[in-house]
Amino acid sequence: MTTTIPSPAVPGTPVRGGRPPRTRGPGATARRSATRALPLLPAVVLLGVFLLGPVIWSFYGSLTDASLTGSAAQGASFVGFDNYLELFSDPDFPKSVLLTLVFLVASAIVGQNVLGLALALLMRSAHRVVRALVGTFVVTAWVLPEIVASFAAYAFFNDTGTLNSMLGLVGIDGPNWLFNLPMVSVILANIWRGTAFSMLVYSAALHDVPQEITESAEVDGARGWQRLVFITLPMIRRSITTNLMLTTLQTLSVFTLIFVMTGGGPGTESSTLPILAYQEAFQFSQLGFGTAIATILLVVGALFSFVYIRALRPEVD
Amino acid sequence: MGMTSPSQRVLRATSNGVLLLVLVAFALPLVWLLLASVDTSATLSVKWPEAFTLDNFTTVLTPDLAFVPLANSLVISLGCALLTVAAAVLAAYPLSRYRMRINKPFLYGVLFGTCLPVTAMMVPVYSLFVWLNLIDSVPGTILFLAASSLPMAIYMAKNFMDSVPITLEEAAWVDGASMLKTLTTIVIPLMRPGLAVVFIFVFIGAWGNFFVPFVLLLSPDRQPAAVTIFSFFGQYGSVAYGQLAAFSLLYSVPVLALYVLVSRSLGGASALAGAVKG
Repeated sequence: MTTTIPSPAVPGTPVRGGRPPRTRGPGATARRSATRALPLLPAVVLLGVFLLGPVIWSFYGSLTDASLTGSAAQGASFVGFDNYLELFSDPDFPKSVLLTLVFLVASAIVGQNVLGLALALLMRSAHRVVRALVGTFVVTAWVLPEIVASFAAYAFFNDTGTLNSMLGLVGIDGPNWLFNLPMVSVILANIWRGTAFSMLVYSAALHDVPQEITESAEVDGARGWQRLVFITLPMIRRSITTNLMLTTLQTLSVFTLIFVMTGGGPGTESSTLPILAYQEAFQFSQLGFGTAIATILLVVGALFSFVYIRALRPEVD
Repeated sequence: MGMTSPSQRVLRATSNGVLLLVLVAFALPLVWLLLASVDTSATLSVKWPEAFTLDNFTTVLTPDLAFVPLANSLVISLGCALLTVAAAVLAAYPLSRYRMRINKPFLYGVLFGTCLPVTAMMVPVYSLFVWLNLIDSVPGTILFLAASSLPMAIYMAKNFMDSVPITLEEAAWVDGASMLKTLTTIVIPLMRPGLAVVFIFVFIGAWGNFFVPFVLLLSPDRQPAAVTIFSFFGQYGSVAYGQLAAFSLLYSVPVLALYVLVSRSLGGASALAGAVKG
């Protein structure tokens, strides 16, 4: 670090050694950019080995018959697209894709977004104390470590849990939620867990909507819902897009909540793709199979990210 | 306080009513956690304890049950946060200060990394770690956690660094200070609050992570609290809900405290959400 001098960004500043800056050759320019890029190295190494590495490994591993036990555990051999062909002929896989879609749409796209927006809107006209209390509890459910939140949700939806004893108070004999309605339970739990994020994003977005515009619409005779649909929502549409993408990506990788609440069960009735990948790889020792599912998830996540990054483009450039 | 029209009063009452219902629904699972932790005969349902007692806490506050796992959590989260912040600050400096040809592709790559579904990757990560001989290794786990939180950290660090004015550094450059010296003596002290936010953000993420150590760490004496809570549930779960709740609370307190700290210092709970570019 002491032998090379990073050149100032300002042209015309004196450089030690008395060399006029203009006469340096292309070699010096290359050396200068290399020195400037040097601090990127630790990050590049970490990301390359531990983030890009698994991604490449995932694509490669999905083409082998690797397993944790048995003969294939020693040396995995290349099997081409066999894992994928097997995957598509296995009834569990299409079912899991469907469950994942249901989970994404119901808990993220509809549940968290609509509830988050509704809370953000309602809180504007609510009493200060109510607003603070709602904010605190909604955000606490989100900030709690995932394993603790998952247990709280497990206890809530359990056959002998809080939900059924509350229903019992009003004379309803509640079902065994986790066993008979596993998807409903995990969807509701994920809404409980994740709504805070959407609520915070929408609160910030609504805060930025100039009040004069809604007020002048009110003067022109626009009703409450008209102001919402024709003025407020179009003005925060960028936040809506961003938030839809982010909640979708977060929900796509929800594992712990479902794993603790139902374990993917009963059977595979609530096995979304991350759970199925885990079950195949670690419970049924089908590493190649699990890796193929992981690869598909990565590709789906990458497609979502691609759309999201295109939407964010002006901020990077 | 301006004058309120009847329609505004109706709106206000409806909002309050709906919000109170939502409040009850959101609070019940958390209230269960609190009440069960002070009730030695806790069940899975919310109920008022017959006697408030701290017995659950004293039962779990033993080296085996709580201290070793919490210490493991601390080592993993601190290691991860330190490593991430160091790598992120170093990377953010050239990205923020120089116009280099690799800036744009690098930032796009980083942005892409923030979106990667890390949970989906755990199966390939496991087999990669078997190959690298890093299974059941605490440093290995720290490295993976650091790598997976690095994209977001670089992004945040760069945004914080962009808001530090460049004029002071120009003076230092004129005086012949090296890049590393400028970074450590001028830029880092000026962006300390921002770095604290990045540090806490990464720390909270690593402390709360269950799936990564669950897959990568096998020996019970190396596992963080997140994983031991899960095994505790498997072993005694059906009898000792109170102890489970007490341990869960002990484990959650640092995260809640750090969150309050960050949101207070940045004014409003939207700090973390804002950092994600909502």
